[in-house]
Amino acid sequence: MKRLTALLLAPLLSATAYADINVGISLSTTGPGASLGIPERNTVRMLPAEIAGEKVNYIVLDDATDSTAAAKNARKLVGENKVDLMIGSTTVPTSSAMAQIARENGTPLIVLAPLAPQGEEKAWVFTIPQTNELMADALVEHMQAQQVKTLGFIGYSDAWGDDWYKVLGEQGPAAGIQLTSNERFNRTDASVSGQVLKVLASRPDAVLIGATGTPAALPHTELRRLGYKGAIYHTHGAANQAFLRIGGKALEGAILPVGPVVIWDKLPAEHPSKALAAEYAQNYEKVNGPNSLSPFGAYLYDAAQLLKAAAPQALAKAKPGSAEFRSALREAMENAKGVVGTHGVYNLSADDHFGHDQRGRTLVTVQDQKWVLLDSAQ
Amino acid sequence: MDFAILTFLAQDGLTTGAIYALIALAIVLVFAVTRVILVCQGDFVAFSALTLATLQAGEVPGTLWLLLGGAALVCAKDIVTAVRRRHAARIPLHLLTHLSLPLLLWALLGNLDLANLHGALKVLLTLAIVIPLGPIFYRLVYQPAAQASVLLLLILSVALHSMLVGLGLWLFGAEGFRTLPFTDSSFMLGDAMIGGQNLLVIGIALLLIVALYLFFGHSLYGKALRATAFNRNGAQLVGIPTELAGSSAFFLAALIGACSGILIGPITTLYYDSGFLISLKGFVAAIIGGLASYPLAAGGAFLVGLIESFASFWASAYKEVIVFTLVIPVLLWLSLTTHHVEEEH
Repeated sequence: MKRLTALLLAPLLSATAYADINVGISLSTTGPGASLGIPERNTVRMLPAEIAGEKVNYIVLDDATDSTAAAKNARKLVGENKVDLMIGSTTVPTSSAMAQIARENGTPLIVLAPLAPQGEEKAWVFTIPQTNELMADALVEHMQAQQVKTLGFIGYSDAWGDDWYKVLGEQGPAAGIQLTSNERFNRTDASVSGQVLKVLASRPDAVLIGATGTPAALPHTELRRLGYKGAIYHTHGAANQAFLRIGGKALEGAILPVGPVVIWDKLPAEHPSKALAAEYAQNYEKVNGPNSLSPFGAYLYDAAQLLKAAAPQALAKAKPGSAEFRSALREAMENAKGVVGTHGVYNLSADDHFGHDQRGRTLVTVQDQKWVLLDSAQ
Repeated sequence: MDFAILTFLAQDGLTTGAIYALIALAIVLVFAVTRVILVCQGDFVAFSALTLATLQAGEVPGTLWLLLGGAALVCAKDIVTAVRRRHAARIPLHLLTHLSLPLLLWALLGNLDLANLHGALKVLLTLAIVIPLGPIFYRLVYQPAAQASVLLLLILSVALHSMLVGLGLWLFGAEGFRTLPFTDSSFMLGDAMIGGQNLLVIGIALLLIVALYLFFGHSLYGKALRATAFNRNGAQLVGIPTELAGSSAFFLAALIGACSGILIGPITTLYYDSGFLISLKGFVAAIIGGLASYPLAAGGAFLVGLIESFASFWASAYKEVIVFTLVIPVLLWLSLTTHHVEEEH
């Protein structure tokens, strides 16, 4: 019901006066991206209702994980709702569609998928999630320490799998790690035995599974069922509770990089994200039930932190609802420094619209179906 | 590729092939009797696996509400017809026939200790919830348009499927589920490991196929269904109620779908929207059988399963392309060898 009211309220909110700050959010709450998009939508009600004394209105739309619908949503948000900022979308292809419209209309866009915009789009687009490079770097470092020389790869037959294979192909050989296989599967495949057998036939020291959420557990359980003994690595896309539930005992010892929010209760006290991550996680689980925390919802929360940090400067220059305000907001976000989020600390610049550093990642392993910091596990 | 890999891939292909065979048979059956291409056949599979998984987690499955809502609508429809035809005396009968099972299930699920229920009972509960959905969909969606063209029926099917996917997301959430395995046993045949679960799937699938064969070949009811499939008007003339035939076909399709879901649930992770891909593969197999021949469709299904399994080993990125390209030569062959029969006769 809560989800429904959020969607039903959206058109009402859009009719409000222009003096408020209007934020248009387009998420993939249905379709293949739903597992990531739903926790994002659940986070909307936790976003600040007021920033620097100005009321903030959030208009939430669903793009059904469809690039065409995402572009349509973005046009509607920019044209009809005259939003000051767009946030979205959940996956790389849908985000890419929104980025194009953000540039055309001069509206800043905060993306919740690891999209690396190129050319002119880069000026208007900011990306919250950690880049695959940053995460792969931590994994490759760990592999090197564990004397891994050969690595098997099995991933999605989509942009997520492609990008991880590309990143590993760049970073792996530099660290003396050879990729031995490039197998692909689909989220809803009934069986991955063929791919897993091919990976096993290449006899790798370790295997990396480039998938997200629950589908990432299927190749893992299959590898263990067929007697694979080596280490199995995952990407940060896999880090949700449903992944742990469905993988069960087979996931024991899996290694993956995560944003700090996933292990908020185990972070050292001096970690900059600890307080905010704890606040977000506890609030989220209070409403959505225990073990419902997902790193993806936290990305939206971080996007709001960035807005909160940048809005006062933009408000000093222009009124919301004007092109000047949007431009000032873009500039303020580009120069935001030391913005603390649940996923680390963001330091943005004209060259870097990601802004993450080492504080945005932690390696964890699975013990007794729970996340455990890798340092304490060894 | 050594012998162990070969046998393993063959085993994997035959297991998924067995599921596709069941789906293909249901698609051919429903098409033959009602001219409906049942796009949502795979949704029965996904819904039954998800229902069982929810029951195993000790919760009341969302499909129960779907069943209650659907049954209430069918009941309302019958009552409206009864009132219009001034058969008010039939209203209690309609209430009893349509609502007793859903309400019984509701009462059962509300009062049983689901967490400690025996596994077999959960399977039975799943079947009792999912199977009635078949006739309900027929009564609500297809029966009012029973005389319409194949194209219109197909559009209805696509609409029903989209609605079910949306409801599935709402009822079960976006995450995948896996049911508990029936057996963990496996044994060695020479160098190759044979999984007990795989044998179970293939065995039960074959059993169902034989049961269907006996039903259609040797029972009066089955023969009546076949007669309707063969010639609707003729069947009506000799006194076979074609509406009942439609309901029965959907009942059988839902039965087959629900059984497939329970069989495949422990082997793979199923999602609220897994059904579509399963339907499509079953449809490819049904096409191989020309949407008419049961043995050819079943054979085609095993072929699709094997091709899929070996393609995922050799060229995993092109697996779906390879499977779906299979349709083209088959269609070419069919269009060259059979003469076109007008659909309306």
